[in-house]
Amino acid sequence: MKKLHISIIFAVSVLFYSCSKDITETNLEYPVLDPASQDLNAGTWRPILLTGPAEFSVPAPISTTSPDYIIQLNEIKSYQANITSKERKIVNYWGAGAVLRWNEILRELVALHNLPPYQNPDGTYPVPSPNNPLAYPQFPFANPPYAARAYAYVAAAQYDALVATWHYKTLFNRSAPYNVDQSLNTLLPKSNIPSYPSEDAAVIGVTTELLKLLFPGDQEFIQQKAEEHKKARILSGANVRSDLEAGEALGRSIAQKYITRARGDRAGAAVGTPAQWAQLENDCIARGEAPWMSLESPKRPPMLPLFGRVRTFLFDSLTMVTSIRPPAPPSTSSQQFKDETNEVLYYSQNPTTERMKIVHFWADGVSTFTPPGHWNLIAANDFVKQRFSEVRWARNMALLNMSLMDAAIACWDAKFVYYNPRPSQADPRIKTLTGLPNFPSYISGHSTFSGAAARILGHIIRSRANDYDNMANEASISRLYGAIHYRSDCEQGLITGRKIGDYAIARARTDGAE
Amino acid sequence: MKQKLISNIIKPVIFIWLLVITGAVSAQTDIDGLMMEKNAFCVGPMAGYSSWKNYWEGTLKRDNANLGTVSATQFSIMGNYGLTNKLNILFGLPYIKTKASAGQLKGQKGLQDLALWVKWKAYSEKIGSGRLSLFLIGGYSLPVSDYTADFLPLSIGLESKNLSVRGMADYQRGSWFATVSGTYVRRSNIKIDRDAYYTTEMHYSNEVEMPDMAAFNFRSGYRDKGLIAEATADNMTTLGGFDITRNNMPFPSNKMSVTRIGFNFKYDMPFHPNLSLTGNAFTTVAGRNMGQSSGFNAGIFYVLDFSKKERKNSSNPKN
Repeated sequence: MKKLHISIIFAVSVLFYSCSKDITETNLEYPVLDPASQDLNAGTWRPILLTGPAEFSVPAPISTTSPDYIIQLNEIKSYQANITSKERKIVNYWGAGAVLRWNEILRELVALHNLPPYQNPDGTYPVPSPNNPLAYPQFPFANPPYAARAYAYVAAAQYDALVATWHYKTLFNRSAPYNVDQSLNTLLPKSNIPSYPSEDAAVIGVTTELLKLLFPGDQEFIQQKAEEHKKARILSGANVRSDLEAGEALGRSIAQKYITRARGDRAGAAVGTPAQWAQLENDCIARGEAPWMSLESPKRPPMLPLFGRVRTFLFDSLTMVTSIRPPAPPSTSSQQFKDETNEVLYYSQNPTTERMKIVHFWADGVSTFTPPGHWNLIAANDFVKQRFSEVRWARNMALLNMSLMDAAIACWDAKFVYYNPRPSQADPRIKTLTGLPNFPSYISGHSTFSGAAARILGHIIRSRANDYDNMANEASISRLYGAIHYRSDCEQGLITGRKIGDYAIARARTDGAE
Repeated sequence: MKQKLISNIIKPVIFIWLLVITGAVSAQTDIDGLMMEKNAFCVGPMAGYSSWKNYWEGTLKRDNANLGTVSATQFSIMGNYGLTNKLNILFGLPYIKTKASAGQLKGQKGLQDLALWVKWKAYSEKIGSGRLSLFLIGGYSLPVSDYTADFLPLSIGLESKNLSVRGMADYQRGSWFATVSGTYVRRSNIKIDRDAYYTTEMHYSNEVEMPDMAAFNFRSGYRDKGLIAEATADNMTTLGGFDITRNNMPFPSNKMSVTRIGFNFKYDMPFHPNLSLTGNAFTTVAGRNMGQSSGFNAGIFYVLDFSKKERKNSSNPKN
């Protein structure tokens, strides 16, 4: 018996210490970017807001034989002389790609800020203020429309910045430091692409400027990332200081164009006023339909009811109304509405393990990077394998995120034009398997985002088109399984999203990159 | 003798949102100072209910009109078998159903985690006018159904596999006793149904690192032939984890802690001493990232004494 006791104690101790709790994070496994093509003609690609690649000037670089340039080479050498293993990790982390890493940082900021404000003592709700971002509720509330817009502005601006960067790279044609000084250690893959101005620094400049507008309370975190990124470029031997300075300055200038657009795109007024909220409800009643009501307690005003009026990227507002807005949903007094409500009730009352997994995989609710962020992750995981150049990364991310932002706008337009109640409002027996969003039902946001994203991604990576369609269908139906959307919401959402994706494809075919 | 046989029952404290965070939660006698005799098997069903209206979001105590009162109803079966007089094997398996009285979120239900313990009475000597006993208890629990941990506060469990070791001391003098124990719980990581999640930073994985836990338990009261009545106090704390941010939902790897007080009794039926009734009630006095739950449980246990049967059978031929 004693032996048994001892072996039990031994077995328990082994089990206690044998298994490590370390988690493998997929984004830290990405390889260093070694582009399949440098896209040397990218300076001729069509920008989005810039009038041309040379709209903002960049001073000619100093010669690689000048004493100042030698000093800059020596800076690299002195950094490298005392490099630590932690610094090598930082070089490799940023070496996976500037557009990729800043997209990840943006996703993280969205997840951090994707929390609905807690109510005031009188049952009203406070609205986050960009003028006082650190006071509760912190600015922004990065809900799906806000997030979609943030991803789009950052991605589109990065693309314009890199088109301009490529223009100046070929114009000035200054070699990378490792090609100037063959004795220099290089910690990242070498290429023949000119290094002035630095594409990494252009991304840093344009992104950090935009993030001052979009996430004004997180500047310390953002600046720390920017400094680390710049240090990684010097350490790696890929850029001298003047490459970075020129790239960052160019990025900052181009950001101003986007900031001007953002200030005037009507997103700032999307919260609406109590009079506008009442108007939406009254208009719906006047059409003879049952209006949406908040099911939160206390009742919360709908999320960004005027977001449908925000300026789109891929088409104009008239096109949205005439060609993209979905037809009216089934009348709340129709048999079809009753049937669809009963279908939702069925999924509410009969969850299966398989459906629960689908609901939770695609939920992307509070405290996540939202559905647009999820599609950014899907894209990033696939783009890594494609070995795109930085400028092609930016172009593809811009196409994806302009689609997602326009999907948000078109979806919110439909939601507030039709103001359709949620299934749980139509039948209180419907309990949900995920959080019930606080805005009208028709059309499903997940479906619209996913239809748009799957379309443009299927164009970018043709071999994955079917996979993306399947993912979009699953994301869409997950909302019916979760008992928060009718089938019509999901189906019309996908159709609307795909139309938007087609506008992105039309742009992709004519931007000079294909 | 009889008293020693059926003595010990039970402390199934099921609290929702972090129901079973340690082996201390449910089941029989894994946390008291009594043993089943060799070849005796005590088994029975228990039912319980617990609920909370207030919870701690980090250290901030609040209610939530979109949840109302969150409750858990639990049915379980538990048992304790005497391998020897000094070595017992115990098990517990609960079925749990959760419900929120307000809002739209659907309650969850299902079989939760099967828990197993080996309890070893390592030392027992008369000291002064009482008796001191020391115990070592090893426990293991694992989910037996595919429930969703990542749906707090309505999840029926946290999905981790838990390995626990507990040291326990019991001192009895006359009919009065006190028992103290400390438990360390090694919790496995869990897998959730998504490929990224945010704690205090972004994680790109479906795996969630679960902090280990420590638990302390003190119980004291009357223990004599046919009756146990005791007051209990216990604390459980995760050794790590993060606070729920303002108006966020809870997450399985939150920093959770709870301190509860309660009362237990066990009563052997005079008309049938192998049958006993047990019950307890508890309330939460402090916590963090958990519901402030109160609840009660009740069960009926029966002792099957295989050793007697064997003795009878074997002695019969001789007579």
